[in-house]
Amino acid sequence: MSEVIESHAGHDDHEHHGPAKGLARWLFTTNHKDIGTLYLWFSFTMFLIGGMMALVIRTELFEPGLQFVVPEFFNQMTTNHGLIMVFGAVMPAFVGLANWLVPMMVGAPDMALPRLNNLSFWILPFAFGIMLSTLFMEGGGPNFGWTFYAPLSTTYAPPSVTYFIFAVHMMGASSIMGSINIIATILNMRAPGMTLMKMPLFVWTWLITAYLLLAVMPVLAGAVTMMLFDIHFGTSFFNAAGGGDPVMFQHIFWFFGHPEVYIMILPAFGIVSQIIPTFARKSLFGYDSMVYAVASIAFLSFIVWAHHMFTVGMPLAGQLFFMYATMLIAIPTGVKVFNWVSTMWRGSMSFETPMLFAIAFVVLFTIGGFSGLMLAITPADYQYHDTYFVVAHFHYVLVPGAIFSIIAATYYWIPKWCGRMYDERLGKLHFWLSFIGVNVTFFPQHFSGLAGMPRRIPDYALQFADFNMLSSIGAFIFGFSQVFFLYIVIKTIRSGKPATDRVWEGAHGLEWTIPSPAPYHTFTHPPKFTDAEAHS
Amino acid sequence: MNKHCTGIRRLRNAAGVMSMLASGFVVADELNMRVGVTDISRQVYDLHMLILWVCVVIGAIVFGAMFWSIIHHRRSAGYQAAHFHENTKLEIAWTIVPTLILIAMCVPATKVLVAMYDTGGEDMSIEVRGYQWKWQYKYLDEDFDKTFSYFSTLATPIEERHNLSAKGEHYLLEVDEPLRIPINKKVRFLVTSQDVIHAWWVPDFGIKRDAVPGMLNELWAIVPTPGIYRGQCTELCGKDHGFMPVVVEAMPQEDFDAWYAGKLAAEQERQKLESMVFTHEELMTQGEVVYTKFCVSCHQPNGQGVPPVFPALAGSPVATGPRDDHIRKVLNGVPGTSMQSFANQLSKVELAAVVHFERHSWSNKAEDVTQPVDVANAAASK
Repeated sequence: MSEVIESHAGHDDHEHHGPAKGLARWLFTTNHKDIGTLYLWFSFTMFLIGGMMALVIRTELFEPGLQFVVPEFFNQMTTNHGLIMVFGAVMPAFVGLANWLVPMMVGAPDMALPRLNNLSFWILPFAFGIMLSTLFMEGGGPNFGWTFYAPLSTTYAPPSVTYFIFAVHMMGASSIMGSINIIATILNMRAPGMTLMKMPLFVWTWLITAYLLLAVMPVLAGAVTMMLFDIHFGTSFFNAAGGGDPVMFQHIFWFFGHPEVYIMILPAFGIVSQIIPTFARKSLFGYDSMVYAVASIAFLSFIVWAHHMFTVGMPLAGQLFFMYATMLIAIPTGVKVFNWVSTMWRGSMSFETPMLFAIAFVVLFTIGGFSGLMLAITPADYQYHDTYFVVAHFHYVLVPGAIFSIIAATYYWIPKWCGRMYDERLGKLHFWLSFIGVNVTFFPQHFSGLAGMPRRIPDYALQFADFNMLSSIGAFIFGFSQVFFLYIVIKTIRSGKPATDRVWEGAHGLEWTIPSPAPYHTFTHPPKFTDAEAHS
Repeated sequence: MNKHCTGIRRLRNAAGVMSMLASGFVVADELNMRVGVTDISRQVYDLHMLILWVCVVIGAIVFGAMFWSIIHHRRSAGYQAAHFHENTKLEIAWTIVPTLILIAMCVPATKVLVAMYDTGGEDMSIEVRGYQWKWQYKYLDEDFDKTFSYFSTLATPIEERHNLSAKGEHYLLEVDEPLRIPINKKVRFLVTSQDVIHAWWVPDFGIKRDAVPGMLNELWAIVPTPGIYRGQCTELCGKDHGFMPVVVEAMPQEDFDAWYAGKLAAEQERQKLESMVFTHEELMTQGEVVYTKFCVSCHQPNGQGVPPVFPALAGSPVATGPRDDHIRKVLNGVPGTSMQSFANQLSKVELAAVVHFERHSWSNKAEDVTQPVDVANAAASK
């Protein structure tokens, strides 16, 4: 087989092809690097739009009373902020990183299904175009929370809910196609010598994430289809008056929703497991147990969904099962954290921007994990449920968790993508602004939640005023530091200093064996995967 | 058991001191979960403190090791990297030890949860029904002859919400009529909803349950101390989700009995009123009261509504068309929209008054007068 490829390569000028010119390059591209770039810019755009919505929320909550927006619009902001950040920012960013990195890490020339790859991306701008357009429709856009519990999202929803359902279907189709592509690439296109247990952890976490996506996106599609039928065709899946059950909606939603939150964190685990060994100049501690921990977390994610529903009124046995199962997640998650710390232990560490974000990830994600463990204790959850304590919890795992890992990945691999180094001084400044901003925003929310402030309210009682003001100040610091991030990225692309091929002294893996910037086509001949590049 | 409790109490005191130190001037209550007043709420608080301290100790160890390493094992200090990348004994230990800690946590958590689910042996039952955006409290009686219900709606004036006047002490946490319960009695709450999902929460009792349409959830509380306890709806239920507080007043038994007798007498009086005839002025006065409490959040003070979800009443075909159709709309609601059925929410006098008010307010100039008997006839002829 390799003989055929080598003899063919002599008169094959394919690898010298550059990209097409102009808009056509981006519309019709089947190149994994181009599509990765599209995904990353798209997700960053969505991140800024979702962020602006968050700032509308924080502006209204700066002081008690209704100052800037009406409650109807406030609810649309909380809903769309959640939907856009989950489906528009975090998920596409990880898919973009997978597009850029998975083929380069496994030594493949491209994704397994390049045309499908193009389609997966180009569905997204239309899906989000439709969803955002609902904000300008009569009656407004989705206003029922990103969890869209029936019957608020069916009988009592604004007319635009149909567009929302259609948009969710499109996002689901995009995710399913993307995950099929990633699975096919990883399972079929690895370089000779790269066995499953020698794959970089980012590839491992994405393989497992892709299976989670395949398993649960159809469940989401089922949920929204049943909503569509309840709204337009007179069925009563979720309508108690017709014999349906609003609680069943929540069971279906969270059967999707809990694996979904791990879809947003497993690739982050992978990224951090790539970065920490590089800057500790030491192999990842416990590679095998890392893989098994990710697999265990993925399995557990399917049997804990009802811990989002402790207050819904389940029988005692159900409550106990979901409490115990949820607490189990702490064990593999703990293993991962201990492994990261052990990787740093007795390493020779340096603290470039990607490492700073990765360390902050370990600390702050763990704090989010602790509050998650507290939320698992059912009797205590009755006091925490649907308060700002929950808001603090999931923002700790998503912002300094998922988002920090994406930012860390950008700093870490951008020299490989565009052949230029970012400005280390500006990167560190960006880190400290983000780190301070995120903690000032979300740490006080633990306190307002414990003091009794419900989430998703446009106005609040006076005893919550101090913490909300602090939180709003933090949100503006965090928000504007991400605009600063945009500036750093553009500056890097335009005028960064040339990067070396290896970029980082301690980096291992096939992506560092190719030139910087990575040529338009890489690994048209399968590389030899040696142990020197393994387990970076 | 006693030892364990003292330990927790010591922890609680330590937490109080720590939070005071951390905040300087902010009172400890604002930094931590409320201890509450019931036995259950105290047990929940103890669980919360226990798991919090478990997390703090684990966090101190893990982060301590990490920062020690960050300070000492850095390249700029000339530290050379070691080469180990696994240690089976260590890995088994940090799998087993957390498992044991979690099992130890499960025991008290299960005990408290089982106690919370012990809903039997109640002294009285109250149905709590969520509506967009108010609570209805119905005192249930086994013989059905001593039952009555009323609505509890936000009492904070709209001027305070729009910053036109100074905000009161209980801003957004005050209602026109709180739920009243006797102290030291096991009161069972049956929680349900008329429309979307709400959640009924009294932090000081340590109880919260979703109000789900078509489902009856059970909660209970024994409140030992008289007082006014405040909470809020905690499930997003639409536009005014932030404006439907839960207020419970726990009273000594004698006071409660007196209040209860008064409510029953008023209920009988209300039934008598339904056969009376009222003047235009009487209907307008009462109608405005009802409109302000039940209709204004959707249809707005000026009757213009918030189209298209909440249609206008001023100049609308319903409010200017045939009267019986108008009455039936209010009685039965409009299926598939936010317009609820008010047949069980309002008395016939109130229904007559509010329909009359809507037909004679803003630009609406109907010729007719709507009496309670007209409501009864319209209801019967549907």
